[in-house]
Amino acid sequence: MVTRKDDTILFDRPPVIAAWAAAGGKKEGEGPLAKAFDLLVQDASFAGEGCANWEQAESLLQQKAAAACLRKGGVSRKEIDLVLAGDLQAQCTASNYALRALGAPYAGVYGACSTMAETLALAACLAAGGMARQLLAMTSSHFCAAERQFRTPLVYGAKRTPTAQWTATAAGACLLRAPGQRGVRVRSVTFGRVQDYAVRDINNMGAAMMPAAASTLLRYFAASGTEPADFDAVFTGDLGAVGSALLGEQMAREGVPLPNHRDCGCLLYDAACQDVQAGGSGAGCSAAVLCAQILPALQRGDLRRVLLVATGALMSQTTFLQGESIPGIAHCVELERGEDA
Amino acid sequence: MNYLLAFAVGGALCVAGQLLIDYTSLTPARILTGYVVAGVVLSAAGLYRPLADLAGAGATVPLLGFGHLLAQGVRQAVDTCGLPGIFTGGLTAASGGIAASLVFALLGALVGKSRDQN
Amino acid sequence: MKLQPNEYARMVQRASPPSAVGRDCLWAFFVGGGICLLGEVLRQFFLRWYDAPMAGTLTSIALIFLSAVCTVAGWYQKLAAKAGAGTLVPITGFANSVVSPAVEFKAEGWVPGTGARIFAIAGPVIAYGTAASAAWGVLYWLLGKVG
Repeated sequence: MVTRKDDTILFDRPPVIAAWAAAGGKKEGEGPLAKAFDLLVQDASFAGEGCANWEQAESLLQQKAAAACLRKGGVSRKEIDLVLAGDLQAQCTASNYALRALGAPYAGVYGACSTMAETLALAACLAAGGMARQLLAMTSSHFCAAERQFRTPLVYGAKRTPTAQWTATAAGACLLRAPGQRGVRVRSVTFGRVQDYAVRDINNMGAAMMPAAASTLLRYFAASGTEPADFDAVFTGDLGAVGSALLGEQMAREGVPLPNHRDCGCLLYDAACQDVQAGGSGAGCSAAVLCAQILPALQRGDLRRVLLVATGALMSQTTFLQGESIPGIAHCVELERGEDA
Repeated sequence: MNYLLAFAVGGALCVAGQLLIDYTSLTPARILTGYVVAGVVLSAAGLYRPLADLAGAGATVPLLGFGHLLAQGVRQAVDTCGLPGIFTGGLTAASGGIAASLVFALLGALVGKSRDQN
Repeated sequence: MKLQPNEYARMVQRASPPSAVGRDCLWAFFVGGGICLLGEVLRQFFLRWYDAPMAGTLTSIALIFLSAVCTVAGWYQKLAAKAGAGTLVPITGFANSVVSPAVEFKAEGWVPGTGARIFAIAGPVIAYGTAASAAWGVLYWLLGKVG
């Protein structure tokens, strides 16, 4: 039922993503994917709904994505066997408080900006193995919560460097079901290995995460016997403009050029006019692009087979100040249009 | 002429800071700290006083001027009361700016709230 | 993977767009110069009634007040996103670094939030500035003893 080749787990009977939902804030609503979001809010503080701070606002955004996903899947929260969720806040509190409201069984996952692919991959394994019938995989990020935790107060004046990326205010949720049901199929998953090529610049995350994306992709192609041309597109998580250019260069050097590469960090915003420097980032970035663009395209048939390689930077504020370099991780999920979809 | 010099010297000191941001990996907090310490050193070397006389606010408004204020204060206090002046002079001279910042910050926190950068 | 950390550092440098130094410096010059010009206008105004040291202090206080207002309104951040060091280096940038954490961390309470975090950036500035001035004071005192 399951074949393991090197780091890649291939599902002979693939579990399916039956429903999905993306939620975003104002800037995301001004970007190229605006129409595809299930929910966009003008005021991401949710002050009108009683949120007193940015952390609770992010949690509410995640709750709303989860609720929209459950509604689209036609299931109630009582029918969910397990929720896998994570976010960027310390101790993953956005997810913890979202799950306090949702009340379903919950396992918290931390993968920084790779969390969407990580939760999706874990959920697919559990669904394929018969350990859960219906699971929710979700994540979020919030520009304001991330900014005040990792950088500076929001009204502090600072100029961003051209390589910096903009943390998305967005959440994505996917409903996974056991094999044999309608939905987008998860054909295989590859859990990445931590890669550290001594990048220390906290304003150049794309560069720090690129080696992880390249490493996971190379392992996946070698193990699965596939090549980039077998896919309609290879999506990376949030390498941004700098990391994407580096990935193209590195994959060409490895003899596996990626002409069909797209990056979620470059898709979520229009970098030319939205003032996001090198592009979007944050766990919610790849989650929102997955749920607003990739999965709908697979359902419609615009795409038939794709890879999603979400990347994460695994440092903390403490390790950064201590002068450690930034380790990266990338998890790969192979998605395919179901014939009956 | 006063105004033109204030504008030009103040602008030039800011350009120096911008070059540090663009060409080095110094963070803004390190640049602010460095500017104040550099102001103390330049003042001690006797170089900042002429610049302040020439450019007025162009030299005193940038944070180098804050260092100059600390150094001048210490110097005057040592002149009037000897060794204890090294502790009392600096912050006494700079007290107006520091106290104003703290008081306005607390008032700001009272009336203001964190806001999105959209 | 065919990649070494030292050669990757070169790849990263090549792939990373440089800052637009010319444009950054023009912004810094005109905004920073403008703030200093405003300071000089205020200083000349205060000099009508006060001596030079007090006029200087009042100038600082007035600029700090204006910076606090602009910070709370969110304008200072918007200007600084363009002006860079032009808004960082003047005393208004120091005020912004005090006011912004005070506002931001109110959510964590008046003492552990606002009260403690108010010094996040200003603390090192005051600490090292004071230490440097004390070191200069010792030197100046010794020079006085010798001379």
